[in-house]
Amino acid sequence: MDASLPTQDPVIIFEDVSIAFDENKVLDRLSFTLWHGQTKALFGVAGTGKTLVLKLAMGLIKPDSGRIIVLGQEVSSMREHDLFALRRRIGMIFQESALFDSLNVDDNVSFRMREEHVAPEECERRVREALHFVELEHTMNLYPSELSGGMRRRVAIARAIVNNPELLLYDSPTAGLDPMTSTTIVELLVKQRDVNKTSALLVTHRLQDAFTMATHRFIPAQNKMVEVPRGSDWDSKTSFLILKDGQKLFEGSAAEIATSDDPYIREYLTP
Amino acid sequence: MAESTDKASEILQFSLTAIAKRNILAVQEYTLLAWQSMANIFTSPRYLGDTLQQADIIGVGSLPIVMLTGFFLGAVLALQSANELARFGGLSFTGQLVSLSMVREIGPVLTGLMVAGRSATGMASELGSMQVTEQIDAMRALGTDPSKKLVTPRVVSTIIMLVVLTVIADLASMFGGSLVAVFMLRLDGNQYWSTAWQSLALDDIVMGLLKPFVFGFIISTIGCYYGMTARGGTQGVGRATTQAMVSASVTLVISDLFITKLLLNFFPNL
Repeated sequence: MDASLPTQDPVIIFEDVSIAFDENKVLDRLSFTLWHGQTKALFGVAGTGKTLVLKLAMGLIKPDSGRIIVLGQEVSSMREHDLFALRRRIGMIFQESALFDSLNVDDNVSFRMREEHVAPEECERRVREALHFVELEHTMNLYPSELSGGMRRRVAIARAIVNNPELLLYDSPTAGLDPMTSTTIVELLVKQRDVNKTSALLVTHRLQDAFTMATHRFIPAQNKMVEVPRGSDWDSKTSFLILKDGQKLFEGSAAEIATSDDPYIREYLTP
Repeated sequence: MAESTDKASEILQFSLTAIAKRNILAVQEYTLLAWQSMANIFTSPRYLGDTLQQADIIGVGSLPIVMLTGFFLGAVLALQSANELARFGGLSFTGQLVSLSMVREIGPVLTGLMVAGRSATGMASELGSMQVTEQIDAMRALGTDPSKKLVTPRVVSTIIMLVVLTVIADLASMFGGSLVAVFMLRLDGNQYWSTAWQSLALDDIVMGLLKPFVFGFIISTIGCYYGMTARGGTQGVGRATTQAMVSASVTLVISDLFITKLLLNFFPNL
């Protein structure tokens, strides 16, 4: 069996998760599972609770009901103090990058390591490695305000992967970026998935990003991603989850979503 | 008619309940933040570097305005009181009046208000900006407790620096008063300083230094609370900043009355 393919070890389990804000029920008994080595792409119209799913998985927000189990721990019932240790095993990329604007790129990427008092030499080596991964080694001394939107996202990715997390949560990593930069970011996500074998939950509005992830593999020898022929394992690592009115409308592979007869999905797929 | 009255009454009741719930929640959140900020001192990790940095921003940064306002307030106090004291032949007590009123009351309150205007707003806007741009969430996501990293260093450094700033403001005001006494009231400088110094008892100094402890806690926790709970983009940050300034100043002045009463009850010699 190919070790890079998803295994039957659950990384994230959502069980009947519901949450409402005032009278507005945003998630209504949502259930899904993310398996080890898998990337699950979350779709849905604005306000359907996609970002909320990521924040719930990270334990930043508590659900009103239901259970959320991440890396074997039930985050929905853990205290904030106990969640910090678990969060160190997870990387999260926020929609607007959320870089610390008073710190330079070096300090942003090494933030966690400095908190853990990692030796400065080790710290610098890992920061350079992470920035090399996102091809931004030359920006170490720059501040977030001096970077473009795409560069900020790449620094946010470097910050998230620098500690080799077991799980990555991406919140619209390509939103608002030009096609060229978006492709660069998607290539980084594919690289992270195929090189470091990290499980991921990806929130995006761009279907083509998820399809690219499903149909491409990163080849380290060539340092680029290439399209794999249809019929091989081209969609085994990426699955799709569409939310509608706080509920799961569709869950399946790229091939299944492409051939779905559901009128809502057909409309969603129409450019 | 009766139906519309019932409906209006129902809406009013619903609105009042919502307002009451919101305010109770705010008090609960503030209490938890204030308690946590102190409890964090006794658990690791402790951020000494951040505390020193904040002490520099709050203490050194506030030094010019505190010295300036203290100096001129002391001068005005000497000038105002001189008229009244002269009527009773007590012009020589000018130094005593300036030192006692500044050390016991005006010094701590004035310094507190100055620091509230400068630092509570600074904390609210800085933490508020971090909140609305998800930097606080990012910090939590990176496994760091924002309460320990951001709130406690600000609270500790404000408490310590407010005590230091109050002493400096007291000295500046007495110096301002002395210049007025010597150059405008034609009093003897030595007499001014000796009456100012001798009139101060340990009780006065205890009261003058206990208040900044409480004021520092109030200013910093209110500033941090409004920052950490800011919502609604840049407009929300602006709103949080204004609310922090108003709440910190009003709470400080109100608490001054209760602290004074409490201290006088517990320590009658004060």
